[in-house]
Amino acid sequence: MSNEIEAIQDPGLPAHVHREADVDPIAEKRAERQVAILFAISALGTLLLIYSYVFVPQDLFIFVPVMGDQNAHQLGLGLGMAISLFFIGMGAIQWARTLMPDTEVVAHRHEFRSPENEREDFVKTVKERAGTAGLGRRSLIKKSLGAALGLSALTPLLLLRDLGPVPSKELEKTSWKSGTRLVTDPGNRPILASDLEVGAVAQVLPAIAEGTERALSDIGKDAVLLIRLRPSDFQLTPEKFAMTHDGIIAFSKICSHMGCAVALYEQQTKHLLCPCHQSTFDVTRGAKVIFGPAARPLPQLDITIDSEGYLIARAPFSEPVGPSFWERNSQ
Amino acid sequence: MTKAEKTLGSVANYVDERTGAAAWMKKNLTKVFPDHWSFMLGEVCLYSFVILLLSGTFLTFWFDPSQREVTYEGTYAPLQGLKMSAAYASTLHISFEVRGGLLMRQIHHWAAIIFMAAIVGHLLRVFFTGAFRKPREFNWILGVGLLTLGIVEGFLGYSLPDDLLSGTGIRIAEAIIQALPVVGSYLAFFAFGGAFPGESFIPRIFTVHVLLLPGAFLALITIHLMLVWYQKHTQFPGPGRTEKNVVGYPLMPTYMAKAGGFFFIVFGVIAFLSAVASINPIWLYGPYTPGQISAGSQPDWYMGWLDGLVRMAPPLETHAFGHTISWNILIPGLIVPGILFTGMALYPFIESWFTGDKREHHLLDRPRNAPNRTALGVMSLTFMMVSLINGGNDIIATHFSMTINQIMWGTRIGIFVLPPLAFIITKRLCLSLQRADRDLVLHGTETGRLLRLAHGEFVEVHAPISAEKAWTLTSHEQLPALELSETDSRGVRRPGGIKNKLRLRLSKAHAVAVPKVSADDLKEIEHH
Ligand code: HEM
Ligand code: FES
Repeated sequence: MSNEIEAIQDPGLPAHVHREADVDPIAEKRAERQVAILFAISALGTLLLIYSYVFVPQDLFIFVPVMGDQNAHQLGLGLGMAISLFFIGMGAIQWARTLMPDTEVVAHRHEFRSPENEREDFVKTVKERAGTAGLGRRSLIKKSLGAALGLSALTPLLLLRDLGPVPSKELEKTSWKSGTRLVTDPGNRPILASDLEVGAVAQVLPAIAEGTERALSDIGKDAVLLIRLRPSDFQLTPEKFAMTHDGIIAFSKICSHMGCAVALYEQQTKHLLCPCHQSTFDVTRGAKVIFGPAARPLPQLDITIDSEGYLIARAPFSEPVGPSFWERNSQ
Repeated sequence: MTKAEKTLGSVANYVDERTGAAAWMKKNLTKVFPDHWSFMLGEVCLYSFVILLLSGTFLTFWFDPSQREVTYEGTYAPLQGLKMSAAYASTLHISFEVRGGLLMRQIHHWAAIIFMAAIVGHLLRVFFTGAFRKPREFNWILGVGLLTLGIVEGFLGYSLPDDLLSGTGIRIAEAIIQALPVVGSYLAFFAFGGAFPGESFIPRIFTVHVLLLPGAFLALITIHLMLVWYQKHTQFPGPGRTEKNVVGYPLMPTYMAKAGGFFFIVFGVIAFLSAVASINPIWLYGPYTPGQISAGSQPDWYMGWLDGLVRMAPPLETHAFGHTISWNILIPGLIVPGILFTGMALYPFIESWFTGDKREHHLLDRPRNAPNRTALGVMSLTFMMVSLINGGNDIIATHFSMTINQIMWGTRIGIFVLPPLAFIITKRLCLSLQRADRDLVLHGTETGRLLRLAHGEFVEVHAPISAEKAWTLTSHEQLPALELSETDSRGVRRPGGIKNKLRLRLSKAHAVAVPKVSADDLKEIEHH
């Protein structure tokens, strides 16, 4: 408290007001009954739970107003459990509020800091003990201990080393090679340029040998989107334009921001949108970022057709796909 | 004496004969707990944690934390025959074939959401009432630690089922790790056992989710509660309440019954929500594959603000000397949250540094009586809300027929403009509430009765407020701002001039107040 004289004085704890049940035996009996009823409702809840578990089939749906069609098994179990728990709580609290002592009590509190002399004594002891170990004087021990502790911290780091391989060039490589056919996903069928109409989009992957499985980590780098526009729609540099085939342009589907699948294509605006953080890429301008947090265009895949007319990659991606990393040369 | 009383008596006797703890236990059974609705927020945290332990253990009996590829042959027809991870298949199994399994999944997820909401609510209560002041700074830091762990634990939890939505979340987490300068791609490869997504991540985070972090939670919660117990609960100012006492109900039986009952109520409410409100229907999303995505991807709410910050970040990357630094990921994903959480953890020390107040505090502040602190809290909250809103910008755009562009620019500007605005408004509001308190003490409440004075003027009759109320409104102290001169007692210039200036300015801002009613004020009133 501040040391100025307070204008208004503490009137002290208000007097205890008796509840009905404290003074009236009838009210007391009534309160007791109320508590018992609450506990009984809880028991009914458990019965509902047991009934639903044993007798209601798991695939039974019932219509509930407001909520629509609901799984009866699930609803019965849940409501039964809710009722059984909730009313145990209500009963206990009602009991405490009406029948248990409600007189406020005062407990004393003392300041945590010890009396001056005790504290000084303690501080002095700590200092003295530290002194007897020579913590301040023996700098050789102190330094070597520090070095030893620091070095021993390397142990856990070292032991965790085998958690995974080093990245080497993994992040920079995809399965696309010169001549790899583009195949549909799903389906793994090669694609003729004429399969795609103007305005169409397709998700494709590199062809793999018959009978082999695709690893998810490959899909995470190889997924490509094909979009067909009219060649006149493009506003590309000559090099980028040469990477398209008859209006078909191919981009990595893995977002250059944080690697989500860039899945939404708006036909009217010819924009690609990533649903994760809404980075928007303009297809006509080589997937230039026109909105959102992505800082780089989606890498473009150089495509052409092979002798049978199927779409193939003319060259691998010329830059790493997906999110940035320290070693990425983005010049 | 009834039979029950006798039995309990012999139990007490039995325990004491083997521990000699009679005196200690008696003291603790009659320990006093102050009562206020806002003190229940911490209890909700504890209870929902217990519910998480119970429901989570249930889930572990069927959940298979493996990314091994399996073909789904369960009862959910739309996914039959599809290739997926064992983790996803077993989550489907829990949802459709284990009786009560879906309910337990829903309980686990709802409990997680309520756990996080209660932590945030509890933290706000502690902040706005100044309960973090000496001697409770350490418990504040533990609280910030629990909040941080909770965010991580929740994220790892909803990543476990390996559905299309949660897999997308993992992809983003991987990109954040990968974005760290120098070590990023190495850390990412170590964490995932190779290129993303690999087959190691889910088994690894499973161990962290069900063993490591729950263990850390248990340890931190135990220390947190032991400190509350030992330091005794704070209380709001009021008649008979001082810095030297605690007023409330004794542990046994009243508080025990109330707190015990409240556990069942929290559990019941969570069970009710889980029965009627579907959450995370993973069977609708399908199994994870990096080439696909479900539109409207949303994390749980306690991650939403981070997502919102990432969404509003400008497209900045540094490309130099063959290296790339993604500021668009590092700033919103690590730097800003890092600053916010460090600042939050250190706030008790910062406040006591600039107020110079090193005393113990057991009486809480009414938020209006600490306008600067309250304004700072509302300011931070506004920052979080703007981020959270942007985290749901796609949902908001479709519901309110706005464009994402509008919301994004709105929040990009709002994140700088609104928090300071909130600060100014809150501070003003606190001061006018203080003024209202002052008027109430001086003039009483309006009764609505009019009185005609002798010379014809009408005045409204004011009823004086009770002595208890008057005390509650005036018992807080109003500390003056620090006075530090540029030079010390011997006339030597103090070192750290800027630091001192900052300290004085903060101290001055903190001390702004409407003077509370003094003895002189009251005397003056009497003369009228
Ligand atoms: C503070 C603590 C915890 C939080 C915030 C939390 C959060 C979550 C969340 C949000 C999920 C996703 C649920 C879904 O929608 O499917 C989850 C899944 C899971 N959790 Fe926890 N959890 C916690 C503690 C625990 C504990 C202590 C255990 C076990 C001892 C556990 C075991 C599991 C399991 C096995 C799953 C995956 C199964 C499934 O999703 O159906 N959790 N957790
Ligand atoms: S991952 Fe595509 S915008 Fe962030």
